[in-house]
Amino acid sequence: MRTSPVPGRPLARVEGDGVLALKVVNHELVEARLDILEPPRFFEALLRGRRAEEAPDLTARICGICPAAYQMSAVHAIEDAAGVTVTGPLRDLRRLLICGEWIESHALHIYLLHAPDFLGYDGALQMAKDHPDLVRQGLRLKQFGNRLMTVLGGREIHPINVRLGGFYRAPTREQLAALTDEAAWALEAAVRTVQWAAALSFPEFEPDYEFVALRHPTEYPFNEGRLVSNRGLDIPIRAFEDHVIEEQVPTSHALQATLKGRGAYHVGPLARYSLNFDRLSPKAQEHAQAAGLGTTCRNPFKSILVRAVEVLYACEEALRILRDYRPPAAPAVPVPMRAATGYGCTEAPRGILYHRYRLDAQGIILDARLVPPTAQNQRCIEEDLRAFAATRLDLPMEQLTWQCEQVIRNYDPCISCATHFLRLTIERP
Amino acid sequence: MATPRKPTLAVWKFTSCDGCQLSLLDCEEQLLAVAAAVEVAYFPEASRAMARGPYDLSLVEGSITTPHDVERVQQVRRLSKTLVAIGACATAGGIQALRNFADVKEYAALVYPKPELLKTLETSTPIAAHVRVDYELRGCPISKSQLLEAVSALLNGRRPVLPTASVCLECKRAGAVCVMVAHGTRCLGPVTQAGCGALCPLYGRGCYGCFGPMETPNTTALGARWRALGASEDDLRRVFRGVTAGADAFRRAGDAHAH
Repeated sequence: MRTSPVPGRPLARVEGDGVLALKVVNHELVEARLDILEPPRFFEALLRGRRAEEAPDLTARICGICPAAYQMSAVHAIEDAAGVTVTGPLRDLRRLLICGEWIESHALHIYLLHAPDFLGYDGALQMAKDHPDLVRQGLRLKQFGNRLMTVLGGREIHPINVRLGGFYRAPTREQLAALTDEAAWALEAAVRTVQWAAALSFPEFEPDYEFVALRHPTEYPFNEGRLVSNRGLDIPIRAFEDHVIEEQVPTSHALQATLKGRGAYHVGPLARYSLNFDRLSPKAQEHAQAAGLGTTCRNPFKSILVRAVEVLYACEEALRILRDYRPPAAPAVPVPMRAATGYGCTEAPRGILYHRYRLDAQGIILDARLVPPTAQNQRCIEEDLRAFAATRLDLPMEQLTWQCEQVIRNYDPCISCATHFLRLTIERP
Repeated sequence: MATPRKPTLAVWKFTSCDGCQLSLLDCEEQLLAVAAAVEVAYFPEASRAMARGPYDLSLVEGSITTPHDVERVQQVRRLSKTLVAIGACATAGGIQALRNFADVKEYAALVYPKPELLKTLETSTPIAAHVRVDYELRGCPISKSQLLEAVSALLNGRRPVLPTASVCLECKRAGAVCVMVAHGTRCLGPVTQAGCGALCPLYGRGCYGCFGPMETPNTTALGARWRALGASEDDLRRVFRGVTAGADAFRRAGDAHAH
């Protein structure tokens, strides 16, 4: 396929650079491969010798779409090494930052990247001509997420206000109170988004995934919890590397993660939802069920609907935090350095994001390990492609290409995180 | 008289985090206005419609780190009437330019079990090291207002107005108290180009150089001030070797503090 001005068609509406390769012989699919060609940036190597307090600013640069998740994984891992737990209003502010990032990232995917597939457009700008109100609603919702991140973080991309132990400056009550009206609008818009997404039509496709997500004793998971699966995994974050293997495949710059002895696993909205339905607010549960979702969801095409439910939850949670907020006594608690290893895992919009740092007594990073969600989903994406494409090989080329792209976009893959570029080649006689 | 053709816009990605092109989508209120003024001809992150070039305006994100990038950026230049490099990666090599101070083979071996499979260069370099660049927007990430200024200026056939002074000027304009003078906080603002709106000082922390060196930075004098505030040579090396480590003035300053 040479439809792009520069050879090789990049997979559109994903963040980063990758190639999907399908090989068909005698009407049979013999290979389905997602090659991640985003050039390596060697973050784990460049972190060596840096100070622990630099980790949130440096690792944010891995991803322009979910920098706050990187910052949260980094600060929690380093605070774990220091034996510090952040509580009270500072903990709430961190949850609020994640609310902002989920809303911004999910609204971007739902309205600008995923919706065009369901409504039959190349992209949101083309879709906006026929559905201006829909696109405007999506942009305003996204803007609300970005406003939360800007007020708390200084800016929406690579926030500057996150530090070990809390923030450089805590917002005033008035600053947060000023956001409540827009939060109330966003919550209503999120309800409308769930209702709109419920009316879309979804292909029948329900793979038998092993879902992995964080689970917290009382909350829908953001920054804390145990790692659990629907097949009995139940481990503390620090045991992650005992259960997950990362492998390098010849054609890809991303390391692919699998569960030891079990294989591919699925992280992200479907996994979070299916493992934590009971932790959603009553309102989110009610709208999810009214939209036809059960307490679990295995159809990756319905991830657009699950993302909408998560936006609803995040708007409600943001509204609660904005209303209840009392400024902390200090914007950050002290995080004294000691020689230790710390572990952190957050729920980035695309799924669990694991960080581990080994520090010396002065707080210098001796080594680091980062496992982003898209690296964990890559094997599942390939398996979905194989299963989905196998029954549709006789479709015209353009249609097969588009449908296979959709299988990938269901994951909202962030190829920049996993190192990242999707280009589609279908090889058949 | 024929209706004038809308100018075409293309957005390209090299080695980067996607954040600078996301800034275009983050211009929520102005996005549809921009889309009405130009034909978005090539922007894979936003649309699967990909029109053939040449393009009137290309925004180029990311640094050059692979042999393939080296070839592709030449093609992008040939297809572009005006080429604007956007962000710290495209203008200074980005955080991944830290490999320029290390052995890339050692870096690769630390991250990948089979480093021999990677196709990567020993350095991360800005777009201007490979092709002619018409304008540069600094920042990690870029400033949305500078992006809109550059796009609207170029659409109207004038030069974009971009700052060359330091962050200090923005602090003064914002009426912010100097964090270094008043609180002894180490700040890179005096040698860093304006553009962020003095964000870090306004949040009570020191600038860490997202927009790279200003036009005439006195990094030696700033280094002396930092030492007076208790900074070690290691601290100074680290701060110059940040997201704009590959920019000339910061590269030299970082080297001056290397063992």
